Amino acid sequence: MSTSNVLYDHPGPRARVRNAVLSVLFGLGLVALLWWVYTKFDQAGQWEGRLWEPFTRVTTWTEFILPALWQTLLAAGTGMVLSLAFGIVFAVGRLSDHWWIRVPAGVVVEFFRAVPLLLMIFFIFYGVPFLIQGPVTAFTAVVAGLTLYNGSVLAEAFRAGIRSIPRGQSEAAYAVGMRKSQVMRLILVPQAARAMLPVIVSQLVVLLKDTALGYIVAFPELLARGVNDLSANYGNVVAAAIVVALIYILLNSLLTALANWLDGRTRRRAFRIPRQTAPDSTPAGGSTVAEPQG
Amino acid sequence: MHVFADPTNFDAYVSGFLWILKLTGASAVFALVLGVLLAAFRVSPVPVLRGFGAAWVNIFRNTPLTLIVFFCFFGLYSTLGLRLSDDLDRNNYWLGVIGLSVYTAAFVCEAVRSGVNTVPAGQAEAARAIGLTFFQTLRIVILPQAGRAVVAPLGSVLIALCKNATIVGTIGLIEASSVMKDLLNSNGDAVIPIFAVFAGTFAAILIPTGYFFGWLANRLAVKR
Repeated sequence: MSTSNVLYDHPGPRARVRNAVLSVLFGLGLVALLWWVYTKFDQAGQWEGRLWEPFTRVTTWTEFILPALWQTLLAAGTGMVLSLAFGIVFAVGRLSDHWWIRVPAGVVVEFFRAVPLLLMIFFIFYGVPFLIQGPVTAFTAVVAGLTLYNGSVLAEAFRAGIRSIPRGQSEAAYAVGMRKSQVMRLILVPQAARAMLPVIVSQLVVLLKDTALGYIVAFPELLARGVNDLSANYGNVVAAAIVVALIYILLNSLLTALANWLDGRTRRRAFRIPRQTAPDSTPAGGSTVAEPQG
Repeated sequence: MHVFADPTNFDAYVSGFLWILKLTGASAVFALVLGVLLAAFRVSPVPVLRGFGAAWVNIFRNTPLTLIVFFCFFGLYSTLGLRLSDDLDRNNYWLGVIGLSVYTAAFVCEAVRSGVNTVPAGQAEAARAIGLTFFQTLRIVILPQAGRAVVAPLGSVLIALCKNATIVGTIGLIEASSVMKDLLNSNGDAVIPIFAVFAGTFAAILIPTGYFFGWLANRLAVKR
């Protein structure tokens, strides 16, 4: 955030006093708010030791949280790999020279971007069994839903990335005799992936969070096991929700940190594709921002 | 289409989508107000305000909405005893609006903040040079330009909000996705038409909305 510093001057004595006063006032307000929350929790008896004590037991972690975390990571990991593949295929499809590839790919991407993920999961879990005359596991429903939705969003991100690459890149590749598929595979897609890395990773964070929808079809992931089942046993829904939320926040922060690290690495090594927006902002919008579903 | 010829099913379909629209509308207003306020916090000269904004964004953006909505019901309502209406559906509706708003506000905040980043530094420098205070700079010079730059991202946030409204079905509000689930369960011979109607309705609402925001963004873009 270098730009925001331009919004205000380096504080002089008066501004510093004013900032300090505002800080103290807002700080007091914040403390009052937290105190209010604390007393509300207290009135409802939420600070009682018995509600938090389960988290000090090993069995809570080995029976509920860790297996659930594993299921969440498994679903998210599978979904990530599949949706990246889906995204690349459909991004390239939408850029095809043949209308009979371009148009269906566009329809698929627009459709799956517009349909809520929950609707898709419900259809796969409750509807498809009637069609195939056999059960669909919750895992399949969740992963398939995640793949179709996030894959479509990623397809748009890749497409925007590919189109942001200077024409000269592909012209040069054609000039040295590459075929179209080679240009796409060797020249355009790798650079698009790099340019769009921040968008791609924030979409992967969305995907990881979306696994929580599995709770609705009884897929034993972190929300279902760690909050629902755990609190059914100990009657500590607030405590369980707070602990599980912390786990999610930690996981997603790690993913974001990884993205920043990767971004810094590629930024040093590779040349940077000029963006249309202000110099040191992340792709500040366009229609390709990751969509905060889930 | 025999499923929707039954008036009970048709009414359920209509009321399901009405809930979605009501959830989207109310949450969009709250999230917009809250999000712009948080964005102003995040670019302000007061460190405590900046910290508060950053904490809000990091907490709510990284927590699944399903968990937030779940918490609104089982935490705020069942455990802590927050009651917003005597009518059960109304109560669940407002709990859902709270969850959707606090979650979406984090994304609105980040969108607006990235819009502030697109305003050239010279604009803010010029504003300061003619003696505007921080709030005047923000209100008169920066936010109007930032607002035009974030029309498209805010459109995406609104579209996502509309889709996210289906998650409120988890806490018992019979909105579109719950209606579809029930219809799927009781009409095994017509699962494809049912899905087509529900998904098609969402697509019919949201795809034009997306194009509208794209058009609006182009129209309002600050030409530099």
